[in-house]
Amino acid sequence: MSEHVAADSALNHDDATVHPGVPYDPMANRIGMWLFLFTEVLLFGTLFICYAVYLHMYTWQFEEGSEHLSVWAGAINTVVLLTSSLTMALAIATMERSKKEWSIRLLNITLLFALTFLIIKAFEWGGKFEHGIYPGSAHLLEDFTKGENVFFGLYFTMTGLHGLHVLIGMALILFVRHKIIHDKVTRTRISWLDNAGLYWHLVDLIWIYLFPLFYLIG
Amino acid sequence: MATDIATPDTEHPVDYIHASKGLASWLTTIDHKRIGIMYLVMMIVFFFFGATLGLLMRLELIAPGNQFLTNGAYNRILTLHGITMIFLFIIPSIPAVFGNFLLPIMVGANDVAFPRMNLASWYFYAVGGLFAIISVGLGGPDTGWTFYVPYTATTSANVLIPILAAFILGWSTILTGLNFIVTVHRLRAPGMQWSRLPLFVWSLYASAWIQIIATPVVGITLILVLLERILQVPIFDPAIGGDPILYQHLFWIYSHPAVYIMVLPAMGVVSEIVPVFSRKTIFGYKYIAISSMAIAAIGSLVWAHHMFTAGMADLARVVFSLLTFLVAIPSAVKVFNWLATMYKGSIHLRLPMLYCLAFIFLFTIGGLTGLMQGALATDIHIHDTAFIVAHFHFTMFCGTGVMFFGSLHYWFPKMFGKMYNGTIGTIGFITFFIGFNLLYDPLFVAGFLGMPRRYADYLPEYTIYHRISTIGSWIVVASLLVIVGNLIYAYFRGKPAPKNPWGGATLEWTVPSPPPTHQFAKTVHVTHGPYDYSNIEDLHE
Repeated sequence: MSEHVAADSALNHDDATVHPGVPYDPMANRIGMWLFLFTEVLLFGTLFICYAVYLHMYTWQFEEGSEHLSVWAGAINTVVLLTSSLTMALAIATMERSKKEWSIRLLNITLLFALTFLIIKAFEWGGKFEHGIYPGSAHLLEDFTKGENVFFGLYFTMTGLHGLHVLIGMALILFVRHKIIHDKVTRTRISWLDNAGLYWHLVDLIWIYLFPLFYLIG
Repeated sequence: MATDIATPDTEHPVDYIHASKGLASWLTTIDHKRIGIMYLVMMIVFFFFGATLGLLMRLELIAPGNQFLTNGAYNRILTLHGITMIFLFIIPSIPAVFGNFLLPIMVGANDVAFPRMNLASWYFYAVGGLFAIISVGLGGPDTGWTFYVPYTATTSANVLIPILAAFILGWSTILTGLNFIVTVHRLRAPGMQWSRLPLFVWSLYASAWIQIIATPVVGITLILVLLERILQVPIFDPAIGGDPILYQHLFWIYSHPAVYIMVLPAMGVVSEIVPVFSRKTIFGYKYIAISSMAIAAIGSLVWAHHMFTAGMADLARVVFSLLTFLVAIPSAVKVFNWLATMYKGSIHLRLPMLYCLAFIFLFTIGGLTGLMQGALATDIHIHDTAFIVAHFHFTMFCGTGVMFFGSLHYWFPKMFGKMYNGTIGTIGFITFFIGFNLLYDPLFVAGFLGMPRRYADYLPEYTIYHRISTIGSWIVVASLLVIVGNLIYAYFRGKPAPKNPWGGATLEWTVPSPPPTHQFAKTVHVTHGPYDYSNIEDLHE
């Protein structure tokens, strides 16, 4: 096959047999990732615009709605996610010093934190569901104001989309961990790990905005 | 005009088309040229599908009253026509086909920065197209391509599949844009300074930025509509607390910049073709490049002019009106520069050049009628009339559509290594030009007199305009068949094309026609600008 026999990967030309025409270029991988993160920011940015518009429209209803959320659960999750960002950063720092084992260990801890975050989130959502607060529920439509209905609609949409990003981030970390184990990601070919780190920090950053906007306005 | 004569190029390495055989070798390719061709094939199919739907609508409108379509069926055909033409043809057309094929060659690279992701974009496109076809099988949506809520959240027609199609196609657009930006930044050959980039690359670069900035907004907005429809999440439906005007803002924040995604690459192609066939370097290179970026920037801030009658603060309307007028400035800069390039040039009226002249003429009409809608007072009168339909077909179909075929005629020898019959092509082009004007000119008049858009029926006094328009649609379709038939014939029976049939100075004309899989075996060193014809052989006459 005179086709491109060589393999290269989407965001990181990490194999020994790279595309003959396109060399491994960590800077290109990094620019690509930042552009992608830019699209993610715009994706959530649209939701933040919706939030701003409705907060302006339904100010006191949003405050009322916020009372129904557990500040403690949100605060613990914030600490959990922030710490996971630290372990992620350390995983990259150790890899830059070629400490493969340490890097893997730190990624494991990051995954554990991510899982903790999701479990706490699941309990929060479950609690709301039990009390009959979910989109389209009779309780929400009949016993609450329209503004509170919108508040919970945005709450479920935005934390749900964020939760989905946590899941995708975990999958990405697992994938990179696998590559590290098989020495596909090393000190000199670190793009995949670097980019997974960037993604994880973005997930963290979005939560830092979600937390006060939903939990602390009450 | 004589048939294009060509001398075969003998020192070919194996070209990218024959590099490997079988469908699988195409479906798994990461060669940007093959991916461009795969886009081309699918796009031509979708284009003719969309054109057929348009033809049906025109046929229904041949006389007042319902001819053969119910109002409901007309709505569905109208919606499918819009979705197919906008999401599957015009938005991806020039970047996905010609951008993919030519951008790496024009900057002196062997491929885009992320070749696998490039293939992934094509698969997103294919899946999006598949969803669009499935939605036809389900009866089609009846919401219009704009999916306005609350109707979209409540209609009984199936909107899930077409909205998912638009969402998936959005990812195809984003990934292509991302790839192009990184390619331009990182893979330029030595000596290919920013000031030596062909203007087509500049325009692709500018539209890639819009693709990245605008598409995520519509992506999440469409998902919100689905959440509202399926899970009753209150976002836009006023019955449960939402705000439908907010939907319109979010939709147009994407969809207005999207018209620049459509037209900027077309303008870039004009900037390539005009100097080549005028045998003169482009006039005002720097200003054309800057105007592309200016259109991208200002064009992102004008969306609300689609909503002048929807309910908005007066101050906001004035600001958006002003910004809309501002976009005309960089657009006019381009038009004047093209004209100045031709001035005192040695003009060769070959087919690609004819397409450019048609573009400049028709797009100017489209652009100037756009200003009438940017003006608050006149917009109230013509809003939601057939005038708008004529206007955006002049900019989209005549802008991007015409230049899609212009690009095809300019780069066909490079892409397929064959020359087409110039005479038949010109006959097709002239017929198209006449048909097009018959099709859309009367709609300007009918719209101005009050004919609303999107209606299956009309009052008898509009009959004459609709009848001329319908006859025009037959001529357009006939001419399109001639144009595409001529190219397909050329692919199988055409004379071999030389390396540089038009005497272009950009890098794609330095590689064989068609190019080998790796077009640059050795690193290129660029030493002159893209429109420097001092060392280039003249056109083959």
